[in-house]
Amino acid sequence: MDFDLTEDRRMLSDTLTRYLAEQYGFEHRNSVAYTAPYHDAEKWTEMADLGILAAFAPEDAGGFGGTGFDVSVVFEALGRALCPEPMLAALMASRLMMATGADQETLLDGSRKYAVAIGEIECPYGLDYLATSASAHGDGHVLSGRKTAVYGGQTADVFLVAAMLNGSLALFEVAANDAEIVGYGMMDGGGAAEVLLDGTRAKLLLADARDALQDALNAGVLALCAESLGAMVYSYEMLLEYLKTRKQFGVNIGRFQVLQHRAVDMLTEIEQARSIVIKAAAELNGPKATRYCAMAKNLIGRAGRLISEESIQMHGGIAMTWEYPASHYGKRLVMIDHQLGDTDFHLAAVMAG
Amino acid sequence: MELTFSPEEDAFRAELRSFLSDDLPAHISDAVRAGGELSKDIMVEWHALLAGKGWLATTWPKEFGGTGWTPVQRQIFEEETCRFYAPRIVPFGLSMLGPVLQTFGTKEQQDTILPRILSGEDWWCQGYSEPGAGSDLASLKTRAVRDGDDYIINGQKTWTTLGQHADKIFCLVRTDVDCKPQAGISFILVDLDTPGIEMRPIRLIEGGHEVNEVFFTDVRVPATELVGKENQGWTIAKFLLSHERTGIAGVGFSMQALEEVKTLARNTRRGGGMLIDDPLFAARIAQVEIDLEAMKITNLRMLFQAQKQGAPGPETSILKIKGSIIYQELNDLARRALGSSAAPFPGHVTEGNILFGPPDTANSAAKYFNNRKISIFGGSNEIQRNILTKTMLEL
Ligand SMILES: Cc1cc2nc3c(=O)[nH]c(=O)nc-3n(C[C@H](O)[C@H](O)[C@H](O)COP(=O)(O)OP(=O)(O)OC[C@H]3O[C@@H](n4cnc5c(N)ncnc54)[C@H](O)[C@@H]3O)c2cc1C
Repeated sequence: MDFDLTEDRRMLSDTLTRYLAEQYGFEHRNSVAYTAPYHDAEKWTEMADLGILAAFAPEDAGGFGGTGFDVSVVFEALGRALCPEPMLAALMASRLMMATGADQETLLDGSRKYAVAIGEIECPYGLDYLATSASAHGDGHVLSGRKTAVYGGQTADVFLVAAMLNGSLALFEVAANDAEIVGYGMMDGGGAAEVLLDGTRAKLLLADARDALQDALNAGVLALCAESLGAMVYSYEMLLEYLKTRKQFGVNIGRFQVLQHRAVDMLTEIEQARSIVIKAAAELNGPKATRYCAMAKNLIGRAGRLISEESIQMHGGIAMTWEYPASHYGKRLVMIDHQLGDTDFHLAAVMAG
Repeated sequence: MELTFSPEEDAFRAELRSFLSDDLPAHISDAVRAGGELSKDIMVEWHALLAGKGWLATTWPKEFGGTGWTPVQRQIFEEETCRFYAPRIVPFGLSMLGPVLQTFGTKEQQDTILPRILSGEDWWCQGYSEPGAGSDLASLKTRAVRDGDDYIINGQKTWTTLGQHADKIFCLVRTDVDCKPQAGISFILVDLDTPGIEMRPIRLIEGGHEVNEVFFTDVRVPATELVGKENQGWTIAKFLLSHERTGIAGVGFSMQALEEVKTLARNTRRGGGMLIDDPLFAARIAQVEIDLEAMKITNLRMLFQAQKQGAPGPETSILKIKGSIIYQELNDLARRALGSSAAPFPGHVTEGNILFGPPDTANSAAKYFNNRKISIFGGSNEIQRNILTKTMLEL
């Protein structure tokens, strides 16, 4: 047993954390997060140059990582800074391209932006009830349907799209120019898109893509869990600082025992959250990844809501304001539950065994 | 024990329903249903409609132009107006200042100010909180110093809800510093057009503008604008806190929210079936429904008790605590039900007429975040628990 990060991952984590603190401060974050295109191309390239994207893929795919712990250290750092860049999209695309054996060079160096289009309005989470359909057309294929909440889709060059082909779930590549893309900003910052497909030209990548898609979802789930953990930890630090400085009734509000005990409960949940992220990271490339990722997302969904709501409540009015960062952390922590499966969805998955 | 409403109360409900179904304009109920911020025009129009019926001042006695309704009638009014998506009555003039003036105001204040609240001529806002004085309101620092026939006010108020629409503000100000903090506070009325006042917007978590900061620099206010005696402000503030507790549980709003969530779950296709058939989600709805069913009775029991005693007791803090928890839980479900469709920032998807769900759900996530406020303002849930600890448990 060893719960310390390897030297390489510690360096990766430190490098990214420092970069974000220096180059992606909160004001900048908010201006990117809430203004189209919800993406800073220059910072994106700089992060790619630091090797952040390369951490998503193993060496034989041109990267230097690809394990669950590579994913979790990167996303924990991103979560801490509430970074709105479409890293989740890049990670999930990289996992899919590993399955197809495609060359990932332009993805990992940041020069081409990918987005992964799986969810639909009536099937926002999971793979079982997707309706977007593919059919052969000439010597290629065409797709019809609507993909929803495609993270990073507002700025992507290429989409990897899940669609039903002859009764099985297949994976296609669609160029952004060929589809109707409606980009928008999200409640908690960052961007997404609706991808409207109507006889849209597509290139078939994998005819039976179910396992590959599940793997991309698992990696995405782990990433979101780690991101949430990073955001929880920072949120909590902010709260503790505030409890030690805000005075009411002549004392720091941290002196009120009811707030002390609730803060301790938050700490307990954050420790639990860290443990489940570690477990899911350890299992990501193994046979039980889906189950442990589901466990992690369920626990994180509950803990994230608790940290968000308690942090706002225990700050009082100030955390209700746009100006104070705790509000934005609070939003992200709750809205993560709306990405790639909420608490109930993953609870059902764990119950199903 | 008799849990049914009297024939008079049933008739009252029927009368309200027919008014609401005939006379509440669709553009008003649509705006309420959409769940975003309401324009002042809409609030003014609704107030005027109610005033026309004599139904605007639901907490005032008849001699001041109020309805003279019993707490049960007020509860019925809340339920029915929520059912029909009428706007909430803006409380500052009607539920707050009105009763204060009726109890502590001079005859002249009553005669000039109350009619202007009813007519909608004056919109009021509440200037209690300050950056350093939230839960510990008595520590407020905004200073009013007597100068001849005037007071000169310096300081800052914050969190002033709907101040941007208001003409006037009622404030708690410090008029004495050489005493216990509570003993040196006065209640004063200030015209927001007075020189030296600056109002700045505060943007809230979901992006909306409903609260403000108000800065006072050498603001000269005639001493006749004092309500009650100098240094009687704390007594007035406490009266106000304990006086108006109808509606504090927000039962009507929770009933509305429960119906919305059920309708949404029935109409939302999810994972091969309908969301309502997902046992986990259905259990969440059932759980809140049970709490709400009990809260309806808890609310009525406490309103009856208040009616008997003549004034609500400290136990009504229970209504605020549990009522806010129930409403917030329902807001959580409304957001949850949307799945990934809760993600768009309201108003951001303007291209292509794209829908994510029923149009009235576009603000669901925003509403959930915005309503985190209800366990913070008006005495946070922690402060309500402190009150109960002291008064009911005597600990
Ligand atoms: C959206 C919104 C609208 C508002 N509208 C108005 C308005 O129109 N007019 C107006 O005057 N005010 C308004 N308020 C202010 C509101 O009343 C205050 O926010 C509230 O009193 C809490 O004060 P605070 O925000 O300073 O928090 P603080 O008092 O600093 O409290 C911080 C935390 O400490 C807790 N705490 C404080 N004291 C104790 C204690 N003794 N024991 C245990 N816990 C404690 C609180 O519960 C809270 O969790 C509004 C606030 C909001 C958010």
